[in-house]
Parts: sequence; C-alpha cells; structure tokens
Amino acid sequence: MNDMRIIQRTAGMNDTKIHAKDVNVYYAENHAIKNVSVDIEDKTVTAFIGPSGCGKSTFLRCLNRMNDTIPICRVTGDIHLDEEDIYAKEVDPVQLRAKVGMVFQKPNPFPKSIYDNVAYGPRIHGLARNKAELDEIVEKSLRRGAIWDEVKDRLDAPGTGLSGGQQQRLCIARAVATAPEVLLMDEPCSALDPIATAQVEELIDELRQNYSVVIVTHSMQQAARVSQKTAFFHLGDLVEYDETGKIFTNPEDSRTESYITGRIG
Amino acid sequence: MIDPHIASAFDRDLEAIQAMLMKMGGLVESSILNGAEALERRDLEMAEQVRHGDKAIDALEEQVNEEATRVIALRAPTASDLRTVMTVIKISANLERCGDYAKNMAKRTTVLAETPPVGSASVSIRKLAREVQLMLKDALDSYIQRDADLATQVIERDEDVDQLYNALFRELLTHMMEDPRNITPCMHLHFVAKNCERMGDHVTNIAEQVIYLVTGALPDDGRTKHDETPYMSEEG
Repeated sequence: MNDMRIIQRTAGMNDTKIHAKDVNVYYAENHAIKNVSVDIEDKTVTAFIGPSGCGKSTFLRCLNRMNDTIPICRVTGDIHLDEEDIYAKEVDPVQLRAKVGMVFQKPNPFPKSIYDNVAYGPRIHGLARNKAELDEIVEKSLRRGAIWDEVKDRLDAPGTGLSGGQQQRLCIARAVATAPEVLLMDEPCSALDPIATAQVEELIDELRQNYSVVIVTHSMQQAARVSQKTAFFHLGDLVEYDETGKIFTNPEDSRTESYITGRIG
Repeated sequence: MIDPHIASAFDRDLEAIQAMLMKMGGLVESSILNGAEALERRDLEMAEQVRHGDKAIDALEEQVNEEATRVIALRAPTASDLRTVMTVIKISANLERCGDYAKNMAKRTTVLAETPPVGSASVSIRKLAREVQLMLKDALDSYIQRDADLATQVIERDEDVDQLYNALFRELLTHMMEDPRNITPCMHLHFVAKNCERMGDHVTNIAEQVIYLVTGALPDDGRTKHDETPYMSEEG
C-alpha cells in the first residue's frame, strides 16, 4: 500500500510527453473517438483500458500515426509530442515512428536473424556509422529487451525460431533499437503465458526509467500492476483518467466502477 | 452498487461474507444487552450464556476472515468491491473485540453477584451498554444501507457514551471514598464501564469504515475526545 502511494506520488511530477487535445477519429461515418484530450507523462507507464470497440487501440494508433495507413480513417484535433505537432504536414510518419515505437499484440519478428531484426531500424535510420556501433546498439537493445542472455550465443538464428515470450521481448528490443522517446504497446502480453507476461511486465517497469510507455490492455490486473496512470475509454469517450491507484480503489465515474468491478454497466 | 456482477458467483461471495458479518453483529448486540441485564439483575445463568456465546462470535470472525481472504485471492476485487472486502475484515475485528468486552462484563458479573450492590451503578452501566448497543445497531444499519450520514451521526453519539462513562467514573470514585468495602465491587464495575466506553470506540471505528466504504475516504479525525478521567482526582 505504501509502495503504491510512493509510485503515485512520482506520477504527476513528470513533464508532459504527449499532449492530445480534442482528438476525434472517424472511420468513414463511424465516430470512433470523441473529443479526447489527454496529457501523457514522460517516464510513466500509462494504461488504456476499456471494453472491446471502445477506441483505446484506435487512440493509441493516433499517437504514431498508424491510422494513416487506413484510407477511410480521418483524424482531427491536436496531438503534440513535446512541442511538435505530429500531424503537421512537414512531419514524416516514418521518422515519427522511430521516435514513437510500437509493439503489437502478436509477436511479429521479421523472417530474419535475431541480429537483423534489431539492426533493421538503426540501419534504415542511419543510426550507426559502422559495424562496431551497430553491434553495440543491438546488444544494448537486446539487454533493454531483457533477452540478451538468452540469445547472445545465437544472434544469427532466425527470430521466428524463438518462443512466443522471447519473440515478444525481441520485438520490444527491436522497438527500442531506434532510441524512441515513447513506446506504444497494443496488448503486448495477450499471446503470452503467465511467466512470459511477468517478464514483459518487469521489462515495462524497467523501460519506464527512460521512456514514456503507453499500453493498451484487456487485463485490468495488468493495467493495475504495470501502470502509474490509467485511462478508461468507453464508446469512444475518455471517461476517466487518473492515477492507477485511484482508479482501482475509488474511481469517480460510475461507468469506470462498473467496468473495473466486472458489472454490467 | 445496484448493478450485479457479470460473474454472479462474485455477488454470491460478497453477499455471503456480508451476511456472516451481520450475523456476527447481531450476536454482539445481544451479548451487550444480555451482559448488562445479567449484571443488573445478578442473573448468573444469563451471564454464563453470554460468556459461552462469545465462542460463536470468535468462530464467525475467523470464518469471515477466511472467506474474505479467499475472495481477494480468487476474485481480485477492485473499487467498491475491494472496499467492501476490506471493511468486512476490519469491522469483523471490531465486532470481535466488542464481543470480548461483553464476555468480560459477564465474567465480572459472577464476582459482583457475591458483593452487596453499590448504589445505582449497575443501572447506570445498563444505560451505558444500551446506548452502545443502539449505536452499534445504527452503525450496522448504516453499513447495510451504505448510509454515510447515519454513520456520521453514530460517530457523534460516541460523545454521549463518553459523558455517561465520565459520570460513572465520578460516581464509583465517590462510593470508594465513602466506604473502603466498596472498593472491590467498584473496581469491577469500573472495568465494566470502561469496557462499555471502549466498545463505543470500536463502534465508532465501524462507522468510520462505513464512511470509507461509501465515500472511498476515511473521515477527518475532527472528533474531540471526551474522556476526562485521565485528569480526574479525589478533589476533582
């Protein structure tokens, strides 16, 4: 209990990393996100929770313009990463996604070696001047992904040959290899067993030292375990956004209460 | 919360622990009343029943704690569900303590029945116990109805209990000064009175838990203390 309070105290003391204001998202006629405004803090894990179809993944994908790839999708409103408007015309989405990395529900390593999986991003963004520097980035990223010890002797083996949990940690290592500032995770543990889930959760907590992490999860217990701030989405609205301890002990909104306590609301 | 859980077994679990708690509350209420009545009427049989009845209260407390622990382990309750389970555990501990005090009152009754009555002290004690029992009843009602206003009133009424106890303290002191032969019964009567006053404090804790359950925050400790006895002397 005390520990939770300490974490809560640290939450709210960090700078705003992502500032979203009046964001609306439409899939053709369908109004998927309604006037969502939220400030996501740096060096904090923020969890998005809510029932299926509530818009949490849609909103997450706005943060690194993944929705650009869907032709019928239209986004309005402001999203700033630090001072930069990420929807400004001059912003290159590929550069943006190097700064705002993403990890998906299903581990999706490239059909390449473990080494090349991690080296891919730094190579295309020209982050390493020579082989030695690239080696260093790969090792550092795999260490950050908490998988270095398991793969250091077989970096040339295909990434797809790893177990599910290892593949997911490889994908996290790949995401951090481009030195992102924000890491988006869309249900990163839903395809993993409890042990691998615990390892990824431990990793998320470590990543918080350096990044702003935003995680979408269907597991409320996971949100409670890993995040410092929690946002509850319902039918495209951001219903409540507060410290995780507050959301799970004494939420303000009755819809939040109904959802987290498993009631028909 | 009016809405039921999607998992109806969760509702049944929560209802079960709360039903046990209320059963416990009912037993404690009658222990207090019967204990005080036995004291006034010098009814040893009734006192023995109260002593014996405490076993059932203790067993229920154990059962409540086991079941509440199980709910935490299996259902991972959150928000108002979590507060329900936490308050059930705390309230059961307070009730168990009240049960112990009632039992102690019954134990002392067996000694007091062998000494001459001291003034109207046992009548005053019965009045005090009656007041505590009524507070407990309202505290338990406020729990069932999730009524923070009623719980607040209960907390305020603890002042009356403190006043009754202060008056009894003075009365017993006077009797002891008048005649040293009164000292033995008065010492026992004082413990009984003090136990009732402590029960009032436990009932206050229960009411505070109700406020936490309903609002998510404990009330500010704005209540002034009315136990004046630490400063009382023969001259006072």
